[in-house]
Amino acid sequence: MRAPTSLLPLRLENVRFEAGGRRIIDGISLEIGHGGRTVILGPNGAGKSVLLRLCHGLLAPSAGRVTWNLQQPSNGRHRQAMVFQRPVMLRRSALANVAYGLKLAGIGAREDHARASKALAAVGLEHLAGRSARVLSGGEQQRVALARAWALEPEVLFLDEPTANLDPAATREVEAAIAAIGDAGTKIIMVTHDLGEAKRLADEIIFIHEGRVLERAGAERFFSAPTSREAAVFINGELL
Amino acid sequence: MIAGLDPQLVRIVALSLGVSLSAVLIATLVGMPIGASIAVARFPGRQATIVLLNALLGLPAVGVGLLVYLLLSRAGPLGEFGILFTPAAMVVAQAILVAPIIAAFSRQAVEDAWREYREQLDSLGAGPFQAALTLLWDCRFSLLTTVLAGFGRAVAEVGTVMIVGGNIDGVTRVMTTAIALETSKGDLPLALGLGIILMGLVLALNATAHAVTEFAKRHYG
Repeated sequence: MRAPTSLLPLRLENVRFEAGGRRIIDGISLEIGHGGRTVILGPNGAGKSVLLRLCHGLLAPSAGRVTWNLQQPSNGRHRQAMVFQRPVMLRRSALANVAYGLKLAGIGAREDHARASKALAAVGLEHLAGRSARVLSGGEQQRVALARAWALEPEVLFLDEPTANLDPAATREVEAAIAAIGDAGTKIIMVTHDLGEAKRLADEIIFIHEGRVLERAGAERFFSAPTSREAAVFINGELL
Repeated sequence: MIAGLDPQLVRIVALSLGVSLSAVLIATLVGMPIGASIAVARFPGRQATIVLLNALLGLPAVGVGLLVYLLLSRAGPLGEFGILFTPAAMVVAQAILVAPIIAAFSRQAVEDAWREYREQLDSLGAGPFQAALTLLWDCRFSLLTTVLAGFGRAVAEVGTVMIVGGNIDGVTRVMTTAIALETSKGDLPLALGLGIILMGLVLALNATAHAVTEFAKRHYG
């Protein structure tokens, strides 16, 4: 028997996406491989969130192709997970929210509980396991969402502006959890418009503007010497 | 009379509750899946269906009564069952009256939840059936409130049960039809006794619905 093949690299070939007559993604070709944390950076309205949804398969491209290294993308369904800007908490306990993802992934009920508890502990929320998820604070909810994704032990984790609605203290905790998930071997692909967050988390930056990739570089190089005019303007904190 | 559990009064109240509870049970089994399906499915004519469903909320009870009467009468298409002027006919009529209420409110609740959950459930790989079950369970408190509202409507209405039940003493006489009859006869004690019970019941239903909503808000957010 062969070892299970990897989901990565993820390939986008000349992907376009149009909605309501507007072209939101305008011919993006990308290959994202193993290792490190990739941050998709760009101003509001650049098409970052749509790009992430195209990668994850929540949206289908109007043209072009999104492919994974595996033959059948559906086989990799549970090997990728996504955390959204606004955490979606089901009306049940924090632990049950984490276990729900495992149940859908077809993991046995007994193992569910142990794995869910472990994931909650990993984001520092074991003391809130029995609490109703929807009455937790925004930061705690986002960490439950991270635990739910992490419990699946995905090969790839997509994050769509996970700290956009959070205060600095909650942001720090969520970012720490993201870093830990990345260090544990999950490929992190995160969207943000927050320069500080990109600097703190990124190993690699993909800079997009008006639906196109303008620049792709290691984080250090990108922030010290951007090659595109738009990226330079954006890094200076000016409006694009 | 109420405290003394007058046998006639007890019989009428019991029949009322039995008929309306059965009707609501059927209406829930039919209406809730319909409402949930309309909430998550996308099909041509969906908007028209929603408008129609909402319009059915205001279905006049006597209209439903007349329709069911025609269906169940000897010459009608369902006449062979011979259930006109029996409690079964009243259950059918009330179920028809209440099902749209449950379907319309379920549709609203499930659709609101669907809008919020959709991408997350999709991302976690939930199929349509699993998604629907998850949504129904997550809306359980508002759905329970909907069922209580449906029961309130059923137990308090007089038009359909009068027409299809016939208000036969000891067979199809329920609280509302008894109140109407006794009042017109001038026998006010029984009418008043039943009226008090009915109003108390409706009040209790609304109080329960309110308490459920408050509890859910506080404990589940």
